[in-house]
Amino acid sequence: MKNIGDPLPRVDGPAKVTGAARYAYEWQVPGMAYAVLVTSNTARGRVLEVDASAATREPGVLAVLTPQNAMRLPGPTQGEPPDRVVQALQDDRVYFSNQPVAVAVADTFERAVHAALMVRIRSEPARHTVRLEDELANAVPHDLIAGGRSIPADEARGDVARGLREADARVEQTYETPPETHNPMEPHATVAVWEAPDRLTVYDSTQWVFAVQRKLARAFAMPKENVHVIAKFVGGAFGSKGSPWSHVLLTAMAAKQVGRPVKLALMRPHMFGMVGGRPHTRQKLALGARKDGRLTALSHQSASATSRFDVFVEGCALQARHLYACPNIESKHRIVRLDIGTPTFMRAPGEASGSFALESALDELAVALDLDPLELRLKNHAEKDPIEDRPFSSKSLRACYAEGARRFGWEKRSARPRAQTREGMLVGMGMATAAYPGNFAPAQALARMNADGTALVQSGMLEVGNGAYTVMRQVAADALGLPVEKVRFDLGDSTMPEAPITAGSISTASVGSAVLLVCRALRQRLEQMGASGAASYAEVVQRAGGAPIEERSKAAPGEERKRYTMLGHGAQFAEVLVDPELGMVRVARLVGAFACGRVLNARLARSQLMGGMVWGIGMALHEHSVYDEKLGRIISRDLADYHVASNADVQSIEPILVEEEDTVVDPAGVKGMGEIGTCGAAAAIANAVFNATGRRIRSLPITPDNLL
Amino acid sequence: MPPNPGRRDVLVGGIASAIGLGLLDGCATVPTAPAAAAPSDLVDLSLEVNGQRRALRIDPRTTLLDLLRENLGLTGAKKGCDMGQCGACTVLVDGQRIDSCLALALQVEGRKVTTIEGLARGEELHPMQAAFIEEDAFQCGYCTPGQILSAVALLAEGVADSDGAIREGMSGNICRCGAYPNICAAVRRLRGRG
Ligand code: FES
Ligand code: FES
Repeated sequence: MKNIGDPLPRVDGPAKVTGAARYAYEWQVPGMAYAVLVTSNTARGRVLEVDASAATREPGVLAVLTPQNAMRLPGPTQGEPPDRVVQALQDDRVYFSNQPVAVAVADTFERAVHAALMVRIRSEPARHTVRLEDELANAVPHDLIAGGRSIPADEARGDVARGLREADARVEQTYETPPETHNPMEPHATVAVWEAPDRLTVYDSTQWVFAVQRKLARAFAMPKENVHVIAKFVGGAFGSKGSPWSHVLLTAMAAKQVGRPVKLALMRPHMFGMVGGRPHTRQKLALGARKDGRLTALSHQSASATSRFDVFVEGCALQARHLYACPNIESKHRIVRLDIGTPTFMRAPGEASGSFALESALDELAVALDLDPLELRLKNHAEKDPIEDRPFSSKSLRACYAEGARRFGWEKRSARPRAQTREGMLVGMGMATAAYPGNFAPAQALARMNADGTALVQSGMLEVGNGAYTVMRQVAADALGLPVEKVRFDLGDSTMPEAPITAGSISTASVGSAVLLVCRALRQRLEQMGASGAASYAEVVQRAGGAPIEERSKAAPGEERKRYTMLGHGAQFAEVLVDPELGMVRVARLVGAFACGRVLNARLARSQLMGGMVWGIGMALHEHSVYDEKLGRIISRDLADYHVASNADVQSIEPILVEEEDTVVDPAGVKGMGEIGTCGAAAAIANAVFNATGRRIRSLPITPDNLL
Repeated sequence: MPPNPGRRDVLVGGIASAIGLGLLDGCATVPTAPAAAAPSDLVDLSLEVNGQRRALRIDPRTTLLDLLRENLGLTGAKKGCDMGQCGACTVLVDGQRIDSCLALALQVEGRKVTTIEGLARGEELHPMQAAFIEEDAFQCGYCTPGQILSAVALLAEGVADSDGAIREGMSGNICRCGAYPNICAAVRRLRGRG
């Protein structure tokens, strides 16, 4: 029997297409009250007064929580990073525009909105800065957290200055990526139900039920077992639901204060600033190479914005450490403090923004050397990790280049810009390398064999569109030797075995490994009890008295992580059409070939990669959280002003799965695919725009005004 | 195939030029929801939802979307933006697709509303639902009910005669998971089947 790799349709498909799948806000509890946030207009300062007197007189209004009357939380509101500093009405400070400053609670949604609209805030503004440029001089180094571990801000090998001196060609340029906002389709939402004064049930739209559980337990000074967090379906997250933000605490506080279950969903404009985003980055690249294309120097220095009160570092320069063979490498990260909400991980954090700069610079180098961009990359293909001087656990990048180039028709590209036109449009082709770490974090799972021969497998990961219900069932069925119909996989509950965050392309690899191990253990146990083959499981359980037989296991990374560098790789190829008069860009084709270890389900893997590539189009052409510097706030704060790729923006997307076997990365042999589709995509598009127009755009997004 | 000029190409400059006008300055930032009127007494509403007559007493400020989700428990209609920008709340009213967050419930008095819960025939999925599963036209599933109802209406509109027309016709429904090519494939699968 072989289940792994089968393109099984999503097992939660029927629930999702019929409306039966239940997302956080949709859990109904008798007596539910509705909460609506009121947020600050000021970007920095103090709340002097929240006047809720008129609002609280309205019918049905149960409370308006303000910094003055909100309950004081008995415990700390922040845990270990990457847990975030949040604003839960515990003081009068305003750190950024759109920070929660009051919560209106009423018996219906309409009344809660009405009350929120009636609240008047008087604040004392202080001088704010939301422009990266204004604070660049104060940039400071800061270590990063990526893939669940701490990584030093700076790393270097060799002597970059000497490498640049020895070069025949050099590229020294600055690139910029704008602040972006995740905008999952399901707004963040929390339902809080106090079952007893010290027992809380929460339905939350989250990427990590255990983080929500810990944060609430800490803030309310309760044992964590007293907080039960449930999330069966999450309507997209992309990093924005990885940390419990302010509204989670505020909903639980509101429920406590009004003595009823309370539900709260962020309104779309609330999602701009309060729940993270990709930070604005400014990146300096310096590349040097010999005439034949071999790199002599690679320097990547990134400065990214963070808030005044918390730290997030966009790991833009991490890839420079592992991607190309070069004797002289330096990679540096700086943070710049601004009066903004804390940014956070956003699909391929660092890799997406960093690869735009690095892969654009390589394209410029190819032009300077008069080399084909693909050939330049092949010339510098790293056979081992250049900084760590150790092997890759597996690397199929050459195959990705070859397969991608072939399917794309790279040989049809003209090296000269503006050389090809089609129906009056300038045609351009560009490419870029993609890479994303093969992350693996400790994960636990349980597997239970029932007396009827069906199995139940559980782990507290999340279904966010990653196909968790489907692929975990496949892994389990495979290990147990059962058909998938006989296995159920359940997730999204803090009473289940602990799983790492469903983010960073960590969870399929990690939980997949835990599921594999626990199912192998269960199978072994059943075999020891006399089972011979899956058909006899039921009989064995019955013979032992009928109670389900259960195993629990944990998968965790070991020493191999020190001996190998683990990366998924890919190659992105873009064809763009540019209107020479209007400067409009269309991505006619995007072909991406990716090698990420074992593919658990080809149908779902392609979808995930496709989604990542669509994000690349958004990043290249549309997405921008536009700040009004004077007001200190994002003004493109809805889906009409913040453009994500729509159906009409997306033409041909072709993700290709390149076979790869990795026996080291994790027991499941999987490198996550949630983010790699976005890596390199914006650079490939920007490079194609250069090929079409002769214009090098070093600041995203590429809007028509750049090309006129 | 020349690319179509799209709304966003024109709008990009518009955002930048709005900077500094201070249009958004004012009191506390609650996005304008359709419920800004003064509270008033409940009113009667009767309509047909998924073939069933429903008579309710509601707050007149209730949108059709909130009526479905909160009053009737039909949470298949999703709220993505509450301001007509994402299509997650798409339902059919007398067979036509609308953003139910932009309609007051009272506006559909006496009319026939179809939500995703009313599309399948018992256990048997509507062909568009089946096509979405087969083509893997969704990931997180949050935009999906809206996409499916929009696709059903698009075919009924009879304008989905090219891939470009499908893309254009489905562009009112945002999918942040980026399932667009598969959504188009699902629509193509049923095109011409009547
Ligand atoms: S919720 Fe109605 S269009 Fe977004
Ligand atoms: S499936 Fe997630 S938004 Fe479309």
